[in-house]
Amino acid sequence: MKKTIPIPENEMEPMQKMRPKEISVKKKNKLEVFLADVGNATGFVLKVFKNIFGKDFEFNQFLKQCFAIGNQSLGLISVTGIIIGLVLTIQSRPVLVNFGAVSMLPGMVAISIIREMGPVITALICAGKIGSSMGAEIGSMRVTEQIDAMEVSSTNPIKFLIVPRVLAATFMLPLLTLYADALGILGSWIGANIKGDVSFVLFISQAFSGVEFSDLFPAVVKTFFFGAVIGFVGCYKGFNAGRGTESVGIAANSAVVMASLLVIIVDLIAVQITDLL
Amino acid sequence: MNATETNTNEGVVVIQDLTKSFDTTEVLKGITLSLKKGENLVVLGKSGTGKSVLIKCIVRLLKSDSGSIKVLGNEVTELNNTDMNEVRRKIGFLFQGGALYDSMTVRENLEFPLKRMYKNLTKAEVDAKVKEALENVGLPDSIDKMPSELSGGMKKRISLARTIIVDPEIMLYDEPTTGLDPVSSHEISLLINEVQQKYKTSSIIITHDIECAKTVANRIIMLQEGKVYKEGVLSDFENTDDELVNSYFKSQNITNTKTI
Repeated sequence: MKKTIPIPENEMEPMQKMRPKEISVKKKNKLEVFLADVGNATGFVLKVFKNIFGKDFEFNQFLKQCFAIGNQSLGLISVTGIIIGLVLTIQSRPVLVNFGAVSMLPGMVAISIIREMGPVITALICAGKIGSSMGAEIGSMRVTEQIDAMEVSSTNPIKFLIVPRVLAATFMLPLLTLYADALGILGSWIGANIKGDVSFVLFISQAFSGVEFSDLFPAVVKTFFFGAVIGFVGCYKGFNAGRGTESVGIAANSAVVMASLLVIIVDLIAVQITDLL
Repeated sequence: MNATETNTNEGVVVIQDLTKSFDTTEVLKGITLSLKKGENLVVLGKSGTGKSVLIKCIVRLLKSDSGSIKVLGNEVTELNNTDMNEVRRKIGFLFQGGALYDSMTVRENLEFPLKRMYKNLTKAEVDAKVKEALENVGLPDSIDKMPSELSGGMKKRISLARTIIVDPEIMLYDEPTTGLDPVSSHEISLLINEVQQKYKTSSIIITHDIECAKTVANRIIMLQEGKVYKEGVLSDFENTDDELVNSYFKSQNITNTKTI
């Protein structure tokens, strides 16, 4: 029978000595880990804000990211927008027919899309598409020491990588949402014509007769926050990725989950605030 | 003293009693060393002895816990970020994996540090510098390639070109031959010598590749458990009764014999 000889502490490799510590980290109270993460995230957000307003804004990187975000998401949002409009119309029509209120269909669908469906669906799609892409890209840069290489080249990675991405997400999401809204209404018109016959001009006129500025404005404002949340979360998860390749996947995955959850929470807060006003 | 001022009588990099811990694990336990102007100093040691941590502390990618790090006369542990960036302009850092920017071509990779450190250069000057750096590493035809199209050895060479393009006074090499075949490893070792002679750089080369150490070293320091275990020239390490040094050098010789 083989005897196991324990290695003395002073003969251990540093990585070996680290193992008991890692185990103790895993045993940490979940609340402690959560609070530490919130603290780190807050520090990250403050750093980003400090660099947004500093000099030497990376305008070219900002434009590049705007194009990437728009280009990445356009196809997906086009398809989703049309389908949402179509489905809402097909589902709502029978109920409205029963009440003899089918003429209210365009206005009702337009309000649903503009107030809630357009912004939230667009944000969730972007959380998946953009959030994961940012988490994976920046995480992989962290793992392969590209971020370190930037720092030793006297370049602030927050300014070069993070600020343009957060701002691009913040400003592109409202545009993508308006685009999704427009296609949703188009989809609704197609849906209305499956079992009826209504001209495009009449449909649009009925749709917008029910929509007021107070419907559009809060809906657009909240999309700026959705975009910021997606940008911050995607970049934060990537920037704080661990050292192994596995951590790139973890960063991308947790960016999507956290961004989607925060979008829903921000939406809840935005709806409550709009309701109070 | 200004960040760019140079006081190199005692050495271009002078480290005293440097300590660095991660949580409760003490990786560097009071390192003291000095890099003289124009020399290649090889830092040897097993994985996990804190070699990479040491050079990352020099460029302040990691903050040391205590001790002093003077680079060209500047105490980097006390510099603000602006002054630290000035010091970084004088230091070239070759990362273990090359750390080329995936989304940029070779040209853009080389232009990146150049345009950021020397903002007044004209396009013609930048182009000339890029061309010269690529010729120095023997890869002038790779200029429009993406990093994904390059082999491991080529990536290391391009990475070296990106480092020397800003004319650094000090070079820090983090395991420059790791992951390369013996021929590419030898080529990289020769390039390190060429850089030393052509650019008059002072270099710290972190490695556990004895062949690389033999090719490039003017002086060697061996780390063991976060401390300087032995310091000297190559012959001091080859002709010693020290069991640890011998086991290290002999084990590498056995590996090389088997490879042949």
